[in-house]
Amino acid sequence: MIPEVGQFSLILALCLSLMLGSLPIIGAYKNNYLWMSLARPLAAGVFVFLGISIAILAYAFVTDDFSVQFVALHSNSMLPDRYKLTAVWGGHEGSFLLWTFMLSGWMLAVAIFTKSMPLEFVARVLGVLGFLITGYILFMLATSNPFDRIVPLPPADGADLNSALQDFGFIIHPPTLYMGYVGFSVVFAFAMAALLSGKMDAAWARWCRPWANVSWGILTLGIALGSWWAYYELGWGGWWAWDPVENPPLITWLFGTALIHSLAATEKRGVFKSWTVLLSILAFAGSLLGTFITRSGLLTSVHAFAADPDRGFFILAILGVTVGGALLLFAFRAPLMKSEFGFGLVSREILLLANNVVLVVAAASVFLGTLFPMVYQAITADLISIGPPYFNAIFVPLMGLLAILMAIGPLCRWKRTSVGYLLQQLGKVAVAAIALGVVLPLVVTLEFSLAATLAIALASWIVLAMLQDIASKTANKATRMRGLRSLSYSYYGMQLAHLGFAFMIIGVALTSTFSSERSVLLTPGQDVGLGNYLFQFEGTTSVNGPNYVGEEASFTVFKDGEEVTTLRPQRRIYLATGTPSTEMAIDAGFMRDLFITLGEQKQGDAWSMTIYVKPFVRWIWLGALFMTFGSILAAADKRYRRLRRRQTDPISEKKSDPVGGELQASS
Amino acid sequence: MKPHRRKKLGIILFIAAGLSVAVGFTAFALKQNINMFYTPTQVAEGEVGNGQHFRIGGMVKTGSVMGAADSLRVSFVTTDFVSDVPIQYEGILPDLFREGQGIVAEGELDAAGVFQASRVLAKHDENFMSPEVKAALDAAGASAENHSPTAVN
Repeated sequence: MIPEVGQFSLILALCLSLMLGSLPIIGAYKNNYLWMSLARPLAAGVFVFLGISIAILAYAFVTDDFSVQFVALHSNSMLPDRYKLTAVWGGHEGSFLLWTFMLSGWMLAVAIFTKSMPLEFVARVLGVLGFLITGYILFMLATSNPFDRIVPLPPADGADLNSALQDFGFIIHPPTLYMGYVGFSVVFAFAMAALLSGKMDAAWARWCRPWANVSWGILTLGIALGSWWAYYELGWGGWWAWDPVENPPLITWLFGTALIHSLAATEKRGVFKSWTVLLSILAFAGSLLGTFITRSGLLTSVHAFAADPDRGFFILAILGVTVGGALLLFAFRAPLMKSEFGFGLVSREILLLANNVVLVVAAASVFLGTLFPMVYQAITADLISIGPPYFNAIFVPLMGLLAILMAIGPLCRWKRTSVGYLLQQLGKVAVAAIALGVVLPLVVTLEFSLAATLAIALASWIVLAMLQDIASKTANKATRMRGLRSLSYSYYGMQLAHLGFAFMIIGVALTSTFSSERSVLLTPGQDVGLGNYLFQFEGTTSVNGPNYVGEEASFTVFKDGEEVTTLRPQRRIYLATGTPSTEMAIDAGFMRDLFITLGEQKQGDAWSMTIYVKPFVRWIWLGALFMTFGSILAAADKRYRRLRRRQTDPISEKKSDPVGGELQASS
Repeated sequence: MKPHRRKKLGIILFIAAGLSVAVGFTAFALKQNINMFYTPTQVAEGEVGNGQHFRIGGMVKTGSVMGAADSLRVSFVTTDFVSDVPIQYEGILPDLFREGQGIVAEGELDAAGVFQASRVLAKHDENFMSPEVKAALDAAGASAENHSPTAVN
């Protein structure tokens, strides 16, 4: 009975979202106050009923209700409770419910945190989101109902959650990624609201920016968590594989990154307006594309859910209606949005434009490489795959270019900057960066590597230029401390995110260049050397978990004759399905990771295993963390809060005051 | 032509040139990195060029997996139930690699007609068969259900 309540609740949410998707928008069009003011309560209602739905699904999992098909397929009575609870997103139906619930959560946040914006605008934003969520709930009810029952004979026990998913990473990666993904729907709705009203001014950009920053930060975190999880769970030490399902979040991220930068120009200078709107449409389309690729089963990937063409068509229809409709609206309304103009060839506007071009080209090439096999198959019926070398060949140089621009951008002034000033600021920085790039790798590793040199030079270029910028921005203040305090949160947020990028460059380049691995066969007592480390195999013992049995091996690791750590990788067999699974052992460190994957037992006591030493791999995720904190810091900037307090301020007048933007140390 | 028009034209030409270079590079990179996919039957019929790097997909033939006792070398046979192709691999096979399951391997054929794999992929979800393996089986006119009860699509 209880699962049916979940389904009713889903249907109620559908009814409310149908109203939300129509009434407030019509109300805004006809200037009907009552209809517009329905938006907030309706959004809250959709959130509540979707919340009830997902809670009931979780309840079905926790109480082992295997009459519910989704539960029977993705859980088992032996599954530990934390995985029962999170198995809610262990398959297509439940994860889509989570996705939809996340969107309703964002809607609720919009309803709550937009008190300072005109009701008409909020009504349109929530209306667009309501329209979108209507499509999602319809999709669930029509093709992937998580509450479907197995009648009349439910199985005695469930099929179990995929063993690769029974891990901490699974608890946090999907919700975070979805939350970031779906956040771009909010930015999309802001853009649609602006197009619908035909009004788009600096105030719009100012309302939009914190939402875009936070969504971007969460998406960054979500992608990084996925990368970190794949690194330790999939067992081959890879942190990025250019897998067709990894790529859409990256595409969304690239568009999103372009968007938060172009929004800065739109807010401060009133330029690039229609471009900003287009980017919010593209970022949103990227998020839907991800859903489509994952759930349609059209591409081969470790992530793909079991395929069902109907779902693919339905999502394609949602994609077509929303993105197609948005682009149509854009085509009609964009010419009305007059951008201010007037900036020189060397100015922050141009640097931001260059940033956008690089990011969009990167996104387009990833998109092309991801979808090309599908198109190729449709035309020639031949199956192909595009290897990582394609992506590396295109992506790496573009990111290098981005790193060069990234250091210059913050030093430039709006409107016009003299080349002489830039040279004076950056000349020494460039020399120092190149020197560091050449010297550091040689000192540390005693071997020359072009990749390491370039990466360290680029990273130092970013960091040194940043220090230079902070120094010159605080130079005129009475004390350095006061100078530092005078800089805004959004400035620090930007610099922190850029610092994160520098960390990431180093992490990616050094891990790719200096990682070493070795697959060996060892009997207890034998040891093997890799890099500066000696791994001694001590033997194996058997272990029993709640729903698995397995063997645990023990290794002692020595460096220069001194014991560093003990590593205990496992090989497990999950009882419900008989699936084998390897659990690697990792000794994580700031400068390097050591890790071991256990293979299988061969003759006698001999075990096959792969041993890895991965320098600086943590810096990749550390960089992502910096980016996330940076974006949140930027969204917490005083000027967005000030806006909330002074509701009656004619904010849109601000943009006609160019000095206002100039004085603020802005991002 | 007025100066500002000329400036605009210059910018447009510059963007067009940049775009064509970008498209050219991308197309070149794509062409260099296409991995064709072949079924065991196609490989047996000699459709694969000499020294070509490609992917092969099929089921792991039951009883064909043989691991060396003293090294990580392993050999097995992949089949689409019409033709067989022997595969050699050195390393640790993925968790879900099992006889009777679908796999995709990446590598090259050696002179003896043995596929030397540099990478072996097995699906992480047992209920899901790779579209490539499915296509291979369909092409060979064999349905997975008839032969392998464990791999149901």
